[in-house]
Amino acid sequence: MADLISNPPANGSDRVIHVRGVTKTFGKGDAAVHALKGVDFDARGGELLMIVGPSGCGKTTLLSVIAGTLGFDAGEVDVFGHPLHTMSPKQLTAFRAGHIGFIFQSFNLIPTLSVLENVTVPLLINGVGLKEAEDRARAMLDRVNIGKRGQERPTNLSGGQQQRVAIARALVHEPRLIICDEPTSALDKDTGQRVMELLSSVARGPGRCVIVVTHDNRIFNFADRMTEMDDGRVQRVHENASKSLAEH
Amino acid sequence: MYRLGLKMLFADRAKYIMLLSGMAFAALLMTQQAGVFVGIIEWTKGNLKNMRAPIWVVDPKVEQVNEVKPMRDTDVSRVRSIPGVAWAVPMYWGILQARLTDGTFKPIQLVGLDNATMVGRPTKMLEGRVEDLRIPNAVIIDDLTVKRLSVGRAKPLGMGDTFEMNDKEARVVGICQTEKSFFGYPYIFSTYEQALQFAPRTRKMLSYILASPSEGWTPEQTAQQIREKTGLGAYTEEAFGASTVSWFFKNTGIPISFMTTIILGFIVGIAVAGQTFYSFILENLRHFGALKAMGASDGLITRMVLLQAFTVGIIGYGIGLGLSCFIGWKFIQMGQPPFALPYQLPLGSFAAVLFICTFASLLGIRQVRKLEPAVVFRG
Repeated sequence: MADLISNPPANGSDRVIHVRGVTKTFGKGDAAVHALKGVDFDARGGELLMIVGPSGCGKTTLLSVIAGTLGFDAGEVDVFGHPLHTMSPKQLTAFRAGHIGFIFQSFNLIPTLSVLENVTVPLLINGVGLKEAEDRARAMLDRVNIGKRGQERPTNLSGGQQQRVAIARALVHEPRLIICDEPTSALDKDTGQRVMELLSSVARGPGRCVIVVTHDNRIFNFADRMTEMDDGRVQRVHENASKSLAEH
Repeated sequence: MYRLGLKMLFADRAKYIMLLSGMAFAALLMTQQAGVFVGIIEWTKGNLKNMRAPIWVVDPKVEQVNEVKPMRDTDVSRVRSIPGVAWAVPMYWGILQARLTDGTFKPIQLVGLDNATMVGRPTKMLEGRVEDLRIPNAVIIDDLTVKRLSVGRAKPLGMGDTFEMNDKEARVVGICQTEKSFFGYPYIFSTYEQALQFAPRTRKMLSYILASPSEGWTPEQTAQQIREKTGLGAYTEEAFGASTVSWFFKNTGIPISFMTTIILGFIVGIAVAGQTFYSFILENLRHFGALKAMGASDGLITRMVLLQAFTVGIIGYGIGLGLSCFIGWKFIQMGQPPFALPYQLPLGSFAAVLFICTFASLLGIRQVRKLEPAVVFRG
């Protein structure tokens, strides 16, 4: 674990995610909600980037657009060289399966499957055979220190343990982009800290990028950079997140 | 992924058992009721199965085999004279009362066979010889007669025993096995002349003329000739069976009442399975959303849902069919109600169950397919 934690973020300015002029409106006419109003956004390889801002500012919408789970009205999105704005729904599905790991606020583990089976899901979706998928899932569970609970149901685990399983599931197929939506909001402070330590140790790497949407200022210190959003736009980017933490 | 899909289904015990029960009940109701219906329809053709002949000649007003309008004895000679008829023999059939030793009466079906040829003889003899019917007062009884007329006897009615029909003594010279008939009365066979002695005398006594086509003639051609030349009704065995079934469809409420139950089974299956499966999908919608976000295609999820629906449908169908067979087997052991399970029935109910599964899964698939993967970020 120690060597994982000491794995430093890549410093280079290699931009792996480019978002330019993205707009997204929900609804029509008087009921229209302009969630994104021409967003420009970049993320670099090897960094853990946080998107912060008040509720309704468009953080989750931006995250969904980058993840390829939500279409947008205008603009360009390029993720690790994949131009999402030109891809068909089928291509987007294949892109998500191969390149993105998801960590959700409410874990979204399937309660009727065992911990091990939950972690095999991304591999099985990618067509990996059952035996290999289980071996790789076991190894990943060991890596997040929960290998002994593989046969249990997720509902038997604590919130922190469930989030560890979710992290294992997000990483098991070695995606390049890890998308985290409020990963600590359902956890107490200490558990949240441990989850973030784990996330920054196992998820970060030179060929990877971790994007975290959060309200939780207790974990801001884990960010390499922080993008602040308000009213559907990126207001500012804090290059040194530790300093900006003091400002918050 | 399909294995995990099945685990998701099996692990939700309450819903799984409810789905299984709905499917099994629907399959049971459809198969068992259809089996009883087919059994009844088969019983209506009992006379045709127990007295075999290629051509049946009857009064022109007769539409089905359980209906008798006596003809003149001379009609036998008229039929014999028709080109294409190899032979024609008289047959008596009527419902009489047999007297039990305790003085009570039981209805029986008396069949009088042609003395010389014994055409229409029992197809399966258990004891004795058909030829012994030529002995005065001799009768061959079927196994049901043994059961029905043995009431009050020290030992079951058997070879050499006597009983009364219409105040005349009948002596058992043989025991045969017969198919059940629509009336459910036992069969007693005698010769035509003897049957006329047992039966109450009426002006005309000839119930049927059994005939056969000459060489080079088909039964259909000969029956046509008989109809044209004599004005009598003439059917091939198959056509008389079809006409009998048709008569029961047109003139009794039996088909409608059974069809109602079968349709109810189908509707119950659709309602229970459709609703339960739909709620199973709704409860798992968040997880399907997560799977979609993680890159599971609509096609993969659709196949998973179909597999879940068809698995529960096929297991439920197996249980329902098994129960139907068990109930049918018990019915056959008891002798009633009628039950028959031709291969078309299990196939038909299987098709109905597949339809129910398809319907149930389509409701859920529609929900899953229109689900945006981004829904997983909405808490």
